[in-house]
Amino acid sequence: MHDPNGWAASVLQVSRTRTERLVNLVICLLSTRRFLTAAQIAATVPGYEHDPSDARDHEAFQRKFERDKAELRELGVPLETGTASVFDTEPGYRIAHREYALPDIPLEPDEAAAVGIAARLWRHAGLATAASSGLAKLRAAGIDVDPQATLGVEPMVTVDPAFAPLTAAARDRRTVHFDYRTPDGDTPTGRRLQPWGVVCWKGRWYVVGHDLDRGATRCFRLSRVVGAVRPVGQPGAYTPPADVDLISHVARWSGPVERSGRATVLVASGRAAGLRRWAQEVHTGADGDRLVLPYADVETLAGRLVGYGPDVRVVDPPEVREAVIQRLKEIVARHEELSTPGGQA
Amino acid sequence: MTRTATRAATRTSADRLARLLNLVPYLLARPGIELAEAAGDLGVTERQLREDLELLWVCGLPGYGPGDLIDMAFDGDRVTITYDAGIDRPLRLTQDEALALVVALRMLAETPGVDNRDAVERALAKIESAAGDLADAPVAVRMPDDSTRVEALRAAVQRGRALRITYYTAARDETTERTVDPLRMLNVGGRAYLEAWCRRAEAVRLFRADRIDAFTELDGAAVVPPQAQPQDVTEGVFRPSVDLPLITLRVGRGERWITEYYPCERVERGEGDQWLVWMRVTDLGWARRFVLGLGPSVTVVSPPELVEQVRARAAAALDAYATVVPAAAGRAEPVDTH
Repeated sequence: MHDPNGWAASVLQVSRTRTERLVNLVICLLSTRRFLTAAQIAATVPGYEHDPSDARDHEAFQRKFERDKAELRELGVPLETGTASVFDTEPGYRIAHREYALPDIPLEPDEAAAVGIAARLWRHAGLATAASSGLAKLRAAGIDVDPQATLGVEPMVTVDPAFAPLTAAARDRRTVHFDYRTPDGDTPTGRRLQPWGVVCWKGRWYVVGHDLDRGATRCFRLSRVVGAVRPVGQPGAYTPPADVDLISHVARWSGPVERSGRATVLVASGRAAGLRRWAQEVHTGADGDRLVLPYADVETLAGRLVGYGPDVRVVDPPEVREAVIQRLKEIVARHEELSTPGGQA
Repeated sequence: MTRTATRAATRTSADRLARLLNLVPYLLARPGIELAEAAGDLGVTERQLREDLELLWVCGLPGYGPGDLIDMAFDGDRVTITYDAGIDRPLRLTQDEALALVVALRMLAETPGVDNRDAVERALAKIESAAGDLADAPVAVRMPDDSTRVEALRAAVQRGRALRITYYTAARDETTERTVDPLRMLNVGGRAYLEAWCRRAEAVRLFRADRIDAFTELDGAAVVPPQAQPQDVTEGVFRPSVDLPLITLRVGRGERWITEYYPCERVERGEGDQWLVWMRVTDLGWARRFVLGLGPSVTVVSPPELVEQVRARAAAALDAYATVVPAAAGRAEPVDTH
């Protein structure tokens, strides 16, 4: 280590002895059927040597042991607490192999390859670390993952920061509070929600649940959540409705629309390629091409047609024609004042 | 030692502990594996791997005598675990690991055009059953798309031949014929894309699958030039560069949604309920169609030529409505509406 202060070296040294102690602690607790008390562990596992009669030394040991237990739990080691016999007053610890060990997952090579590809989806997103450590465990279980395999289409997954706290809350059935900003609102508003689940619909993330302030089912876009998602109250505070179809709640607002209307427009020849590929019929004439366009909503269609300016003229129906003319008038009026000759934008 | 150093040590130690607890069963399942291969598989350097093995060598069962410690046999560059001290299986998946894998598999299973979807679904079922309650992820995924078309395109890409495509370019509102050498298929933000070397542009381009109106496979194999590299799409498909024209719009409440759908360089509060929005655009012609199409509450602030173009186009369109549209004439042509 080229470190003048020996900082990195000391980090490595501390980390090495600490790691060694923790590996031995795991092995020791896996091998015991009896619950071992802290004192018994200290007398057994190297690295916990101390003088229990020295108050300060003992306190230092207790702090160290607490930190180690916390680290094992954070790693997901199922540390059991109990007493070896009814006469024991002090709690003891052990790890049940059955709880510790990853169950056998008999993955076929193509299934293992699929898991490997799935784990890579997160490579740039929030769950990347969890996905790769999960995959490492499958490999450690003897599963070989072909790193070259592909499924022909690579999805790129991004998640919003609110994803992790909201999935955790939905899993724990815990009410959350968050600030929510919509583009047509001026300030974020506080929302209290009992989340049922998170939905990815067409590449965007939503949370669906019971909105406590509105007293109704609501879905929220994760990208519009401002700041932190805070859990409120206890886990298990509510039960989502049985057989709730999360997707349907989101799809209701952004699902496909039925284009039952038909509009006829006159398009200058060779122009408006975007409209042509969407047309149901094209009638070629001397003055241009007449396109028949399916539509759902007059204003949406009008906006689209106005985009093409003088290249497109609405023939029918009158309400679309009127909507287009109205929009054109407003656009001219608003831009006229800005584009007066010599005028500054 | 400083507080940061302690924290760094704790983090290093946690990562390393996880790695070591995995390492024993990993090697146990692969007796006689070459160190280099194992290191590559585990994503560590060979030196790191040797250090890990040295550390494991002094760990074991209480007693810590020769028969209690983890033991391994070396044969040249190959290693075999001969005693595992009870760490014969990896640790079960954590909640986050189960969530990450299960949700990713659901995404994969939902991605239109994915090959061997059956394997993805089988894998998902097995991981879910192994993870038990943990896999009960409250996450649903749906990516509706024209999967028949994407599937056909993917199959063609996999056959490795050059493609002739009819492609609609929204930026220029034109449909062109191009010959492309496919690199890969992607799905970004729920949309399918073909990434390919475009022989016409002589560059790597992303083609939106729903804008590829037709394609045919050519006889020749796809030849991707060595300089063609896949683009980094992690920040989105359209990453405006600073040399593109910058436009400024005044946007009323009803049209503020554009800030969620288009990459904006800056958004500021303007007068009343208006926002000022700065965007980079590939093409002023696109910007003109975009602004005209947006609706009554959007005004161009700059550049002046866009203000003038928008006004002039709208005025010309209005003039056209002042004249009578001739009655429908001409012949009908059948249109292939996919």
